[in-house]
Amino acid sequence: MSNKLNDSMSLANPNGVSTKQKVATGIGVLGLFILVLAFFNIQLANSGIILTVALGLITGGIVLYTNALYSGKSKGIKNDGIWFKSISSRGVLGWITGVILTAFYMVLYFYPHLLGLGKDGAANTGLISVFDPLSQLLSGRNASQWFVYGTLYTIAILAFGYKFIMKYRHNRYEQIRTGSVMFFQLAFAFLIPEFMYRMNSGLPYYDLKSVWPLNYYIFDEWSVKGFLSNGNIGLALILFGIISIFVITPILTYKYGKRWYCSWVCGCGGLAETAGDSFRQLSSKKMSAWKLERWLIHTVLVFSVVMTTAMVYTYLGYDHNQFWLTKGVFIGLVIAFLTLVFVVIMYYKRKELGKDAKYGAIGYFVVIASLLLMHFTGGIEEVFFIKSSTLRSAYGFYIGSIFSGVIGTGFYPILGSRAWCRFGCPMAAILGFQQRMFSKFRITTNGGQCISCGNCSTHCEMGIDVRAYAQKGENIVRSSCVGCGVCSAVCPRGVLKLENDSIKGRINPTEVLLGNDVDLMDLVNKK
Amino acid sequence: MEHIVIIGNGISGVTTARHIRKLSEKQITIVSAETDYFFSRTALMYVYMGHMKFEHTQPYENWFWEKNRINLKKGYVKNIETKSKTLHFAEGDTLKYDKLIIATGSKPNKFGWPGQDLEGVMGMYHKQDLENLEKYAPNNKVCKRAVIVGGGLIGIELAEMLHSRHIPVTFLVRESSFWNGVLPEGESAMINREILNHGIDLRLGANLKEIKADANGKVKSIVIQETGEEIECNVVGLTAGVSPNIDFIKDSEIEIGRGVKVNRFLETNIPDVYAIGDCAEQHEGIDQRRPIEAVWYTGRMMGETLAQTICGNRIQYKPGHWFNSAKFMDIEYQTYGWVFSKPRENETHFHWKHDDDTKCITVCYNTTSNEFLGINTFGIRMRHEIFDRWLTEKRDIDYVMTHLIEANFDPEFFKHFEKDILKAYNNKLQLA
Repeated sequence: MSNKLNDSMSLANPNGVSTKQKVATGIGVLGLFILVLAFFNIQLANSGIILTVALGLITGGIVLYTNALYSGKSKGIKNDGIWFKSISSRGVLGWITGVILTAFYMVLYFYPHLLGLGKDGAANTGLISVFDPLSQLLSGRNASQWFVYGTLYTIAILAFGYKFIMKYRHNRYEQIRTGSVMFFQLAFAFLIPEFMYRMNSGLPYYDLKSVWPLNYYIFDEWSVKGFLSNGNIGLALILFGIISIFVITPILTYKYGKRWYCSWVCGCGGLAETAGDSFRQLSSKKMSAWKLERWLIHTVLVFSVVMTTAMVYTYLGYDHNQFWLTKGVFIGLVIAFLTLVFVVIMYYKRKELGKDAKYGAIGYFVVIASLLLMHFTGGIEEVFFIKSSTLRSAYGFYIGSIFSGVIGTGFYPILGSRAWCRFGCPMAAILGFQQRMFSKFRITTNGGQCISCGNCSTHCEMGIDVRAYAQKGENIVRSSCVGCGVCSAVCPRGVLKLENDSIKGRINPTEVLLGNDVDLMDLVNKK
Repeated sequence: MEHIVIIGNGISGVTTARHIRKLSEKQITIVSAETDYFFSRTALMYVYMGHMKFEHTQPYENWFWEKNRINLKKGYVKNIETKSKTLHFAEGDTLKYDKLIIATGSKPNKFGWPGQDLEGVMGMYHKQDLENLEKYAPNNKVCKRAVIVGGGLIGIELAEMLHSRHIPVTFLVRESSFWNGVLPEGESAMINREILNHGIDLRLGANLKEIKADANGKVKSIVIQETGEEIECNVVGLTAGVSPNIDFIKDSEIEIGRGVKVNRFLETNIPDVYAIGDCAEQHEGIDQRRPIEAVWYTGRMMGETLAQTICGNRIQYKPGHWFNSAKFMDIEYQTYGWVFSKPRENETHFHWKHDDDTKCITVCYNTTSNEFLGINTFGIRMRHEIFDRWLTEKRDIDYVMTHLIEANFDPEFFKHFEKDILKAYNNKLQLA
């Protein structure tokens, strides 16, 4: 056997990036730089060429970087050196990236004119104007800041999706799942709404895969009116929105867990799984973070329920004869629905919930009480003397913009890639609740095979301490699990498997693990 | 209140402590000279490879110990005085116990090689070994080449670790094929190729003759026994197995052999002194197990068992069906039941290997009764629970081969090979 080694066959090079990777990074940065020039109103050619070149360079840079990083290497787990790299371990590069992203979101949400958005029908300038030709091509109108954002967002998911697929060349679950989020972003979030506008320009923007309360604006008065004034298509869309919440979502979550949405369809999840993959290990696994998560996400959920109800309430009438859905009927329906959910859960799951049942009960009565108060004390527009439109704009500002955008994505390199999904998303709260209570999904722990190494917990983007369950031989049934499958992939001993199976035996706490004395297992585990 | 002192904060000692706390209010102290808190030894490699930070290897947050009233004491036990039930620490202080549990694990074997204590020579077992490796092999500029001596599970992990930092590795394996004292021929050969495919300089049938020093007493090179070849290197990893870490017990009255001698109740010859995990040696191996089992899982099982005895329910250590797992570079390995490297009397092996050379299984069964005895699986995950049940039910080999899909534990959408395997199995029967 030869003593000479081919160093290029090595698994990784944590001492730095290879020349190919440096060139690729340069190409990508050049693409970004062209967009920055456009931001400062410096255009080297016409918009169509600038945009094509810039987006091409960005995408090409990411693809070339990926190829330099993974191709020619063995198929397997590729996490070498992630805690040594500045960008992925909250180093200087990580912080700089975080600041830039956060600044971008601030400008995008609150100062779009800085990006060149034309005020009051004026022509776009700067960065946004560069996107005009593409927007014209797709929908026949000029670009907005949201079109710019949507385009960049889609590019990020597609290019980094390619990277993720290459990283997990040995894992078909990861590949198919990533293909799915790439498809839904490109088709449902980006292209179809633009085409819909072209076909029927009165329709409000509707990303078909987005479900309330994620698209909390769908039941706003202008939105509902927009749909209803567009005949059968509009009516069908709004009915689809309602069916999505009450029928489609519960069925799919029952069968597959919330992953069908969070890591297969959702755009926020899509970005986290692709562009955010390098930051997944940064989520906190502390018990204290879990406690914060539970309070925060459910508070946002209550906020969104009350806010939406109040919004709809304001534009409904009092008179039966005009429209069957009056303020009174609506409040009655909401209360009836919440009561139904509450009673069913208390009846079937009281024991499982333990102490949490108390918190759930308190939450339920707070919501009901505020709804009733709203109905009987509030004027036409006020809830506790706060205008419901104020409530709506507060929600849009703090939750829709600051939490999901600025913190959720801007802080990727600091808090990890799923800070919004974990701490803030009301949709995730609802799906998670269903997943925990009524779902066939679980992560099965393979008997006694866990060696407590901690790869699963480290790489869980949702900050679940997966190991805490696996090392007890216990299946993982957690409301926050988005089913990305990475814990299973990185496990060196084949201990974890995401699967849908019968509800019985899904939650199986044990003290003595499989492999020991059967009598001892019987004695200790029977309880 | 009764004071239980546990020497060693590894999986055995910590499992015992946790279970004693569940069952009782006894005072518990865990002593360790290695680290302040329990960590997963098997995960040290991932810290060096940059997959995790050291804190991630700790399965419990630091508040856990105080909350569960488990005292942690850092200190090196110099000797045990069993008459007065006192531990004497190297630091000079003492600690009284009512019951003592020795769970000190293993230490890397050294076979008296010349130069085995030079700077740059290390095992890969303790946290200190990791710190040493970080010092002597931080990158491929400081460490131009590393030589690993000993072809077992730790050896191949060390090779993967060094390789992740682009450090050229020469891997000396005494046997004619990797780990072939344990693995059947086909599997062992496949792992040889996996090692070579990762660009590691694998030397089979090669023993270490000596380690040479430079002028500063640091490793300069090694010499191979068989060929006399000298290989320049900056780091030598000694991974030729482990043995019980019990030197500090030698002067006490506790009976030792290679490890601390224990009966089936994990009791030593001295009342109120117990030993578990890697450092414990059964008088005779249980079932087909070895008297010393240096495996994570058995350490945990002994801990689960001993906690019962300590808390008044005296029971024997009766492990169930054998199982184990490992990962060789990119290939995962699991085993359930017994598959020896060569079939024993009245046994035969059925071996199937995928063309891509990263997946294979070996099934062992009894040729007269057709009883299924065990399976080794590489690159295909399988269910512990199913095999445990089939072994208990003494299923025959045909049943296992036709129901193999029930045991599959690969992630969803993975390609299945049960049909190929069954076809190969049926063909083999027709040929026989």
